[in-house]
This record gives sequence, structure tokens and C-alpha cells, in this order.
Amino acid sequence: MNRKRVIVIGGGIAGMESAANLASMGYDVTLFEKSQELGGHLLGWEKLFPTMRMGKDVVKFLDKGVHLAKVNIVKNSNITNASKNGNLFTVSCGDGAKYESEALVLATGYDIFDAKRKEEYGYGIYDNVITSAELEEIFLSGKPLLTTKGEIPKRVGIVHCVGSRDEKVGNVYCSKVCCVTAVKQSIEIKEKIPDSNVFCFYMDLRMFGMHFETLYKQAQEKHAVNFIRGRLSEACENMDGSLLVKVEDTLAGKPLRMSVDILVLMVGMVPSEGTKKIGTMLGMNFGANGFLKSQDQHTMTSISNIPGAFFAGCCGSPRTINNVFADARSAAMMTASYLEAYDIEERITYI
Amino acid sequence: MKAEGKQAIWKEYQKEIADDKYFYVRSCVRQNFFPGSETTFLRILREELGKDIYEHACHTTCTGIGYHGDIVPVDTMMTVVARQFAMMTEAGYENLVPSCITSFGIYTEVMDTWHHFPETEQKVRDYLWKATGREFQIPKNLAHASDIVFKFRKEIAAKAKYQLINKETGKPLKVVEHIGCHYAKMFPDKGIGGAEYPYVLTGMIEEWGGEVIDYPERRHCCGFGFRQYLVQANRGYSMSCSHKKFESMKPYQPDLILTNCPGCPMFLDKWQYAIAELEGKTYGANGQGIPVFTYEELAGLMLGYNPWDLGLQMHQVSCEPLMDKIGIEYNSETKYHDKNGNSLGVPEKPTVLKVSL
Repeated sequence: MNRKRVIVIGGGIAGMESAANLASMGYDVTLFEKSQELGGHLLGWEKLFPTMRMGKDVVKFLDKGVHLAKVNIVKNSNITNASKNGNLFTVSCGDGAKYESEALVLATGYDIFDAKRKEEYGYGIYDNVITSAELEEIFLSGKPLLTTKGEIPKRVGIVHCVGSRDEKVGNVYCSKVCCVTAVKQSIEIKEKIPDSNVFCFYMDLRMFGMHFETLYKQAQEKHAVNFIRGRLSEACENMDGSLLVKVEDTLAGKPLRMSVDILVLMVGMVPSEGTKKIGTMLGMNFGANGFLKSQDQHTMTSISNIPGAFFAGCCGSPRTINNVFADARSAAMMTASYLEAYDIEERITYI
Repeated sequence: MKAEGKQAIWKEYQKEIADDKYFYVRSCVRQNFFPGSETTFLRILREELGKDIYEHACHTTCTGIGYHGDIVPVDTMMTVVARQFAMMTEAGYENLVPSCITSFGIYTEVMDTWHHFPETEQKVRDYLWKATGREFQIPKNLAHASDIVFKFRKEIAAKAKYQLINKETGKPLKVVEHIGCHYAKMFPDKGIGGAEYPYVLTGMIEEWGGEVIDYPERRHCCGFGFRQYLVQANRGYSMSCSHKKFESMKPYQPDLILTNCPGCPMFLDKWQYAIAELEGKTYGANGQGIPVFTYEELAGLMLGYNPWDLGLQMHQVSCEPLMDKIGIEYNSETKYHDKNGNSLGVPEKPTVLKVSL
């Protein structure tokens, strides 16, 4: 008997987990990844909040999932076309190969907000302004955190909500992971450089996940991280390469000027170029913030406007890793039920 | 500091600037305090660049200072602006060039408002018609006078007699640039280089041989800030703004400050005297101040114009040390003479700030 086929596009957490689940249910699953390695952004994170477990452990779990379930993997894929003709999805790659399937899961994830767009923070101009993703790369490399002059920083500033909840750059949504990432990274800085002072400049702290609040408390009580409620108005470079930051401390009700040796920008998530490209090719609906739009925000998550096309993970909205796992498994379930002719739309009642 | 980062931003903020046939509107502050700058602008455009630039004897204030000071209502401001447009239209011009940064901000704001709210434009057209019987076209191109100098900075460099280079050391002079708040902070895409890393003055400085200093308080207000100065009780605040900037730029040892706005050269120049008198502190070498120039004055200096025709004798901080550094020739004896060669008298010396009289 011919097995029904599913194409999964995107080899990050969402794509790998939904592919593994669908293949384990007996479907013939082909997973496309544009780079040469599976794992997506997770490959760039050293430790994960809130447990501080290693990111690579999660990659191993995902890797084992796709290999045990015998998912067909196409790496370095350059998808040039994706469409639905009749009941079949067709995906064409740059090398001329064509793939067909009865269902498709889009898991093209997110891109990291381009911090250069917050011009006033000087990313790409001032030497010692880095992003949270770059800080994670430093942690991952095992190298020490140093200024560009090779000095150990005495003071590190962390700016929350860079490119999130910011009308000026057109991103009004919360990226969800940045608050707790800032807490995690500030603890890591303090662990590596105990004599340093770390200042987090936040709007409010959204510690919504289980154990996030504990981590936040730990950062304050055990590591003496300073949390200052106020948004940076600007950063400027001092003569010695340190950064002069101007911020309003909204709890003290006073403007604040201070210098830090390194400024870390907590960059948010934006819809990925891949999501825009392939979502558009397939004719999928996008929401107001540019992420993929489900048929219903509450009851039809993961279900796109194209019958048989589903989506999982951060191409739908910013999510934490455990939320992505849940979403990927849910998308796999919806895909399987579609292939087994379960009509979820029959349950929709319009009032 | 990564230069390529700034260059990438500069590329994003380019604007269209008309090539010729300008209708020029002067600045209330500048024609009183730096009249040589506007005269020099007209001279450079007409004599050096061969451009057609026209000014109307009947144009008035744009009301910007009153508008931003909450004295002039927005409808009045827009009707006055409409009258300036009417004079431009009647004179047969389409490209408006304000001398003042605040006027540039006002014209930009009005044009943007009318773009988004055509009914407001219609209302103002009615007001102007009822008040004066005039009609107008909206300018096809709006460029600040510094945009024009920026556009022709290479042509000016080609004709220049001097460069922003220390004749003794052969090194570029270090220049602080200050674009003024109303140039790009309200509408970043209307300013060359945007609001955070503006390029309009930097482009001139680099083209004329100098090097720009980026110091921590570069974006801070010059000290004018309208209410900070116009409300007499707030003047300490005005001076503390300028003071903050001087303290921040001093370690970089700037050779000069280049300004864009009517208020900035006034406050950055004159408060150096006031701070010296109050605190005994000066910011240039040997007890002198840091000379402050308008872009027209600097262009005129580069072109070898007589510094006293540029109005440099009106400055509080003496320009002679800078002219000596570059090797610019000048006649000290005629500094305080009028056009007919009569002495106007020599000002009193300040107690602290070292000046050349």
C-alpha cells in the first residue's frame, strides 16, 4: 500500500518535531532544510531557560526523532516553488528536483530582528553594542566575554524589547522569550564575571512560564542583577569605547545616565524571509504582524487557509521552545487527521 | 566606532534636492545675528555655482518660534506658510529653500499634514483666499539651504582656496557637527543621513578635508530649545544644555563646531563666553573657545572670501586661531570696520575667555 506523503519545510525545532511525529505515525515524510544542518536557531543557543540545560541536548533529542522515524531529509534545499494543484502539493528545488505530497507543514520559523533598525542604540556602529544572539554565540564558543579592546567588562547593560512592542519599528507584538533570556543571560554573565555589574533596562518583565519567576528572583537575590524599569532613549559611544546610555528610571521618576562597557540588545523575533517567501507561494494568509494566520485563533491553531497545509512553531507567532514542541505535535496531529479525512471544519459554528 | 555602519545608514536616508531655480526664504534669527551667512549663501549660489535663486521682499516669519512656543495657533501658522507658498508661486518658482531649520521643519510638517489631510489643505486655501485673495501651489521640492550646500559640496571643494587641514601638521581638522533638532528629528527621512547619524554637515566636512568627531552628547540640544531660552527664567537650563555638550566634546579637542540651525551657532558661541564668566572655564586651547561656524561661513572661508564679509567679527569666540591653523589670510585691522572703511569701535574684552580683537 502506498503511504501518504507529507512535506515539512523548515528543519528547526517545529519542523523536526512535527516530521518525527508524522513519520512515526507511518506517513512518508520529507523534511526540507535550507542550511546544511538541522536544528535551526537552537544550534546557536548554549543554555536554555529556565533550567540551564544545554541546547544541544534538545537538538540531539530532535535528531534522534527524525532518524528513528526514518524521515527523508533534504538539506541545503533551495525551494524555488511551492504550490497546491488539485489535492497534491508540489515543491520544486533549485537543483531541478520536484517533490509531491498529500499534505504540507510549514515550519519556516522566525528571523532575529535586525538591531540596526533601532538606530539610536548604535548596533553596527558602536564597537561594544552586541545582540543577545551574539552573546549566546560567545557563550557557545566557550570564549570569555570581552570588550573589543580585550578587557573584561565591569558593567554590562541589557536592553529589553529591542524590536518588540515597539511601534516605531512597526512591531507591536511581544516576542515572549526576550525577558527571560535577559534574566538567563544576566545570570550567566554574573557567573562568568562575578565582579561585574549587570543592569537590565525593561518595560515590564513578562515571566509567564513555569519557573521563569524563580529564575528572575534568583537573578536579583543570588546574583544582584539590577533591574531598572525604563526604556533606553539612546546609546552613545564614549572616548574609551564604553557606551553612555540614557534612560528614564520610571520607578524612581528620574532620568538616568550611566556608562556600560558592553551593551546587549535583546532582539526579538520577526517573521522569517522563508515564511514570507513560501507562505506567499502557497497563498497562505498572513496576520497583521506578518506571521502566518490560522483559521481561528483559539480553535483552529496550526490550520491554514489552504486545505492540507498546516504550520507549526514561530512562523505563526513568537514562541518558547516548549511551546514550539507542543505546537509541532499539534500540527502533526492536525495533519494526520486531515490525511485520515477528519473534517475539523465541520465543528465550526458561526454565530 | 565602525564607519561602515554609519555609511550604511547614510545610504538609506537620501533625498531629492532640486538642481536650480530656488525660492529662498530667510531666517528671522539668522538675518539679525548672522546676516553674513545668508548673503554668503546667495553669493555662492549665484557667483560660484551660477544658480537662479530668488527672494521676495515681502516674505515674513514662518511663525515657527511662536508655533512651537504655543503662542501661534496651528491654523494661523499654516495660513502664513500658505502665503509664503503663494509668493513663491507668483514669482514663478517651485523649489522652496528655507534658511532656517525651524522653518524647514514647519514647511515639512505642513506639507506632510496636507498630504495626509487634504481637507486641512482646503481649509487653509480658503483662509488665505479670504484674507489675501491669494492662491498657491505646494512646492515641488523642499530643501534646506544646507541641503543645497551639501549637494554642491564637491563643486565648492573644486573652487576652494583652503581646506580643513592644519597647515603645520598636515592633518585634518577635528570638527564637531550639530544639525539642529528641527532638521531631521521630526521627519528623519527628510534629512540627509537621517536623525541619528546625520550626514548633511558631515558630508561637507569630509569633502572639505576635515574629520568629524562623534562625541557622547552629539545628539543633545544646543541649548536653544525655544522655551529653555525664550522664557527668561529657564535660561540656566539653556546654558546647562550647552555646558553638557562642551564638557562632552572637550576631550576630543575639536578645532571647530559646524552648525546648521539659527539657534545653534548663537548658543554654542555665546554661551562659551557666559560659561567662562560664570565658571572660569574655557573649552579651546590656551583659554580660547572653540570657534563656531555656520555652513555658509565655512564654505565662504574655504572659498577664500574675506572673513569680515562673512560676518566672523560678530562671533563671541574668535575665529582667528582657526584661520591661522588653516593658513587663511585676513586683515586684523579691518575687523571692526564697516563697508566704507569706518571704524565701528572695538568690543570690550571678556574677563576670562581669550579673544582676538
